[in-house]
Amino acid sequence: MRYLYYPGCSAEATGKGYDASARALMEKLGVSLVELDDWNCCGATSYFSVRELDSFAIAARNLAIAQQMGDDELCVICNACYTTLAKANRYMAEDPKVFAAVQGALGAVGRTYDGNVKVRHIMDILINDIGLEEFEKHVTRRLTGLKVAPYYGCQFSRPMGAFDDVQMPTTMDRLFEATGADVITDFDAKTDCCGGMMMLTREDAALRLCHELLVAARQGGADVIVAACPLCEINLEAYQPRVNKFFGTDFDIPVMYFTQLAGLALGVDPKQLAIDKQVVSCASVLAAIPA
Amino acid sequence: MTELATTPQAKALHEQFCRDVMSMPGGEKIKICQQCGTCTGSCPTSYLMDWGPREIIAAFRAGMIDRVVKSNTIWLCTSCYYCTVRCPAGIKITDLMYELKRMAIKYDLVPKDSKNPAMTKIFVDSVHRHGRNHEVELMTRFMLAKDRGLPFKYWQVGLKLFAAGRLPLAAKNIRGRDELDKISAYLDAQEAKSQ
Repeated sequence: MRYLYYPGCSAEATGKGYDASARALMEKLGVSLVELDDWNCCGATSYFSVRELDSFAIAARNLAIAQQMGDDELCVICNACYTTLAKANRYMAEDPKVFAAVQGALGAVGRTYDGNVKVRHIMDILINDIGLEEFEKHVTRRLTGLKVAPYYGCQFSRPMGAFDDVQMPTTMDRLFEATGADVITDFDAKTDCCGGMMMLTREDAALRLCHELLVAARQGGADVIVAACPLCEINLEAYQPRVNKFFGTDFDIPVMYFTQLAGLALGVDPKQLAIDKQVVSCASVLAAIPA
Repeated sequence: MTELATTPQAKALHEQFCRDVMSMPGGEKIKICQQCGTCTGSCPTSYLMDWGPREIIAAFRAGMIDRVVKSNTIWLCTSCYYCTVRCPAGIKITDLMYELKRMAIKYDLVPKDSKNPAMTKIFVDSVHRHGRNHEVELMTRFMLAKDRGLPFKYWQVGLKLFAAGRLPLAAKNIRGRDELDKISAYLDAQEAKSQ
């Protein structure tokens, strides 16, 4: 199997571990990820706040390149990229005005896009294309006894809901159940917001949201939190000392990209999964996994 | 503070806002809001807002444009889409917030104490320069523009991430970065033509 792959901007910086582990995990499963040529930023939430049609058009530039490369699917790892790119598709399909504007804008740079490249979250591909049965066959180091808090974040299935429930997704729960992990299935903060970019602009608001998530994870007895979005991951992981300072807490919970933990279960070398680049030590998680 | 669209200017602005909101995809659904408050109840930051999303919709429909655009509400929306997926009337509230943000920026009505509008503009500018968002540049430019205290708050976080190689200093430029400017220029020209 082969997928065209859109890493997203975070994959080149704070989210390097997500990119490295996604590639390594898929390779282990016999899937090759081919990077989209000369991709640009999806525009994220910021672009929507400035110009609406531009945000669809610059997102669609990536889809036009995918079309040009002869693909009809694009694998995305970041929740925000996934939602932004998929939203461009949806609005182009729903609104002829948006379709015409995007067509025109892309035409101005010599590109065309017909609206037919399906945007796929990597979780969607894991669950629905590869399948849990096949995934489980590759599990060589079962995560038995490891308490995992599956943290999906906002834009995993909201608002698209294309491959999981909009309000109560379960795909990540099922993926880690297949590794033998003790998944906290009633982790009801699983789609709560981490504060996103507000960590820089309204720290008080973002820290409070992260605090609530960490409290919920601890109440569930989590050994590790797994995330499906680079922004969720960085906020929950790197800002734990700030949360502790603000709320007088002592959180030191390992946070991983879900592809890192899934990769460990498949026997991928921790270094290849960039687990040494996590800033909250994951030593306790590594120690809990049998060799 | 003009709260009702009584002056000619406020009335004209309100009409413009209504047209803009109604013309966005699904925008006309704002007419059928029944004020149930599910949006405000679902919102993770409503406790900080001057007016919750439900009140924003009510105020907007009543023509209280000042209240809507000068409130901190729209800049506290994190785009989590909880309100949108739960709204029984199918109103795309997150999109409405985006529309209001765009109008506030366009008419220069952003609250002076909010840092979010500046962040938004720096982000978009950075994307146009490189084709991708360069996180270090974004943080540096935001710090210089809006929050000189940022390094004192975050130096420990930054140092750890830097040591782990997660904050590369050099920006990557894509080959087709001029395309983004051309896309915007085309859409600007189209908009000017339609007005």
